[in-house]
Amino acid sequence: MSQVTLRINGQAHTVDVPSDMPLLWALRDLLNMTGTKYSCGIGTCGTCTVLVDGVPMRSCVMPAISMAGVEITTIEGLDPQGNHPVQKAWNDEDVPQCGYCQGGQILTASALLERNPNPDDQDIDAAMSGVLCRCGTYSRIRKAIRRAAKYAAEQGGAA
Amino acid sequence: MKQHAEQMRMDRRDFLKVSILASGALLIGVGRKGSPQAGGVENDVWKPNLYVRIETDGTITIVSKNPEAGQGVKTAFPMVVAECLGVDWQNVTVEQAALDDRYGRQAVGGSRGTPDGWDDLRIAGTGARYLLTAAAASEWGVPMEECTAGKGVVIHEASGKTRRYESLLEIAAALPVPDVSELKLKSRPAEFELLGTFVPGVDNPKIVTGQPLFGCDTRLPGMLYAIYEKCPGYGGRVRKANVDQVRKLPGVTHAFVVDGGSDLTGLLPGVAIVAKTWWAAQSARKHLRVDWDTSHADATADYDRQARALRDAAGETLRTDGDVAGALDAASTVVEASYYYPFVSHANMEPQNCTALYHDSGRLELWAPTQNPKGGRQLIAETMGIAEDDIHVNLTRIGGGFGRRLRHDFMVEAAWIARETRRPVQLQWSREDDMRHDFYRPAAWHHFKAGVDRNGKMIAFDHHFVTFARNGETVSGAGLSPDHYPAGLVPNFRLRQSLIETNVPTGPWRSPGHSAYCWAYQSFFDEVALAAETDPLEFRLELLAKSYGKPPLDLARTSATLALAAEKAGWGRRALGPNRGMGMGFHFDHGGFVSHVAEVVADGSNIRVEKVYSAADVGPIINLSGARNQVEGAVTDALSTAQLEITFENGAAAQSNFNDYDLLRINQAPAIECHFIQSDNSPTGLGEPPFAAATPAIANAIFAATGTRIRELPFSRSGISI
Repeated sequence: MSQVTLRINGQAHTVDVPSDMPLLWALRDLLNMTGTKYSCGIGTCGTCTVLVDGVPMRSCVMPAISMAGVEITTIEGLDPQGNHPVQKAWNDEDVPQCGYCQGGQILTASALLERNPNPDDQDIDAAMSGVLCRCGTYSRIRKAIRRAAKYAAEQGGAA
Repeated sequence: MKQHAEQMRMDRRDFLKVSILASGALLIGVGRKGSPQAGGVENDVWKPNLYVRIETDGTITIVSKNPEAGQGVKTAFPMVVAECLGVDWQNVTVEQAALDDRYGRQAVGGSRGTPDGWDDLRIAGTGARYLLTAAAASEWGVPMEECTAGKGVVIHEASGKTRRYESLLEIAAALPVPDVSELKLKSRPAEFELLGTFVPGVDNPKIVTGQPLFGCDTRLPGMLYAIYEKCPGYGGRVRKANVDQVRKLPGVTHAFVVDGGSDLTGLLPGVAIVAKTWWAAQSARKHLRVDWDTSHADATADYDRQARALRDAAGETLRTDGDVAGALDAASTVVEASYYYPFVSHANMEPQNCTALYHDSGRLELWAPTQNPKGGRQLIAETMGIAEDDIHVNLTRIGGGFGRRLRHDFMVEAAWIARETRRPVQLQWSREDDMRHDFYRPAAWHHFKAGVDRNGKMIAFDHHFVTFARNGETVSGAGLSPDHYPAGLVPNFRLRQSLIETNVPTGPWRSPGHSAYCWAYQSFFDEVALAAETDPLEFRLELLAKSYGKPPLDLARTSATLALAAEKAGWGRRALGPNRGMGMGFHFDHGGFVSHVAEVVADGSNIRVEKVYSAADVGPIINLSGARNQVEGAVTDALSTAQLEITFENGAAAQSNFNDYDLLRINQAPAIECHFIQSDNSPTGLGEPPFAAATPAIANAIFAATGTRIRELPFSRSGISI
């Protein structure tokens, strides 16, 4: 067991973890932060995506002990009130069907808009192709990202 | 005469009572004249029935009885109640019911939620509104007929008097309940205000902020995490396992063998490892050594060879109309082709899991992402000898169902482990467990021969269906109704069936059967139309123009969806560029009529499905957003599934994760334009009907663009990639 201090959504959490425990399980089973979901466990579906210093990463394959000194954002921390432009657009376009993958989708979309405030469909497809959705919400995800870009522009700031 | 009318009225009332009972629901407070309401106003809350609660501060809560798996029922059902109750949607709070027999059927499956719930939900809302209206009328001393109710207010227009619902609770609660026959239920789209509009899902705020909703989000004090290792070969038993060693591994609290039984849908033999975190349990698994007795398991799976050998077998004749052999001889064109589709997995994004707590009192509590909680409760009761009354099932949101969660293996495993450990336990299957221990959609082979006359009309259809069985009975999801179209649409028809034995667990998979064989039928129809030099749309409309005997589907409603999809796509009316093609398909299943036209662009054998035009008739639409979501999702799912297969090696699934069972990604997904024919027919479900015809529409478009006829799935078998 090793001790590591994780900075998650602006707060420090010190946890004892086995050296190979992925961040995903530290979040879910040690910190009871269940917003980040398990699906494939091999870094291929993107469901477990978190932002590491703003970059979408797969929490199911990153050892928690390697995460000291970085800022981790989970879906709970994007905006707990749900007022982030991407969260609002996701609700207004009614993207979720089962909803299980949507945390990973939303965080990936928010990172896209940070670096490209006005993406076209090709940009969207390129940025989002790493996150699987079994229910088939892809056409709504495209619409919601365009809508989020609009909301962000109306708010006069980056998403 | 008067007596006769009275008798008719009584019959009508009895009929309504029987209808309510038939749905299985007990609607306290509505249904029987003079029967007591659930109670008066207690703690400032009036509960006129199981679905509605109104509080004196104006809070309105509507209970959603069915599990939510992404089909949108948790929004759609309360919308129906709200429409009939006459309240503003933004003032409604929705609450998920637990398993409770008073609600009758509480399951997600067969697209049955909407048709089954339609009457009960309208009666619940309308009944409560009736009582509130009667309460206001009695207060004002005016006839009830002069009052109207809506947006949470009762109005007497003549006097201008108004009363908010929450001010009427005590009075309404004291009134005798109305007979169902006294309720005027809204039924037609023209009468709706809320229904038919675009309403975002009620759980969206929690989903977008990552709040706990799903089965695997359940957290209980002192909870442990479990994995359950089963034999990769279906039905294998544990001879020996090194559980004593495993128990000493870091974080592990329990490790034990479960004998289990031989029913593949029940508690199978295995080894449970329980630990303080799921990662500890999963890590310990790497050190688990099990000696499996696989003498009961099927080593499989030489299915291709067996199917080839059966191709020219006589098979069992399931239906014969007219004289197929004679009509084929007389036909001016005969077309023959064979189609094959593989086993596929449900691949829910949320792997199977269940949380269980066994109380010392003998009571068992579960938090289960299940499509059929009642079935799970029954399996646990039978397997573990616990009375059903002692099993309480909380319904969590479900991270994808598609039929997988109509089986309850994960529930009984969690319950068993919780009783063994006497600790709250969350059983979480790994992705590999989930894909290797699915109840797959069965593969099948279709051998078709059709005869067309000089006028391009299909006069003969000969079909040999080769499918799977266990002990001579077709396995779950593998049957084909002898009355399925094109039976009844062709004067000379024959259906024969041959069976291959299998031990692979199979089960319902979104639009069971239809989601697979519609592709074979509708692809073959295109082959026949082209051989007869007929436009595929005209060929199909002609096929749907007349039935021989009992029609296998509503010809007019089916044709209307096909014509609408074709019109929206501009079928035959616009020039498609080079390497571009359109294809179509129609279908009817689970009460819904859906047709699609797909447009694709080919770059060699690499296909982009650009757009799919969909037309559906499921009667009135409840939630426009939810309805479109089901169509968009099903079309996307169909394209995804057309590229996937599960194969078996040494009696076990060869695929185990998304690296070798790679679902469609956003860059491959089409745009989807969705149209509804909102007839006055009673509404039916949409979870399943939009799937079936999407696959052939895409496959037929690929043929139009490339000349490659896809007769085997997945598409890669024909060299096609998306």
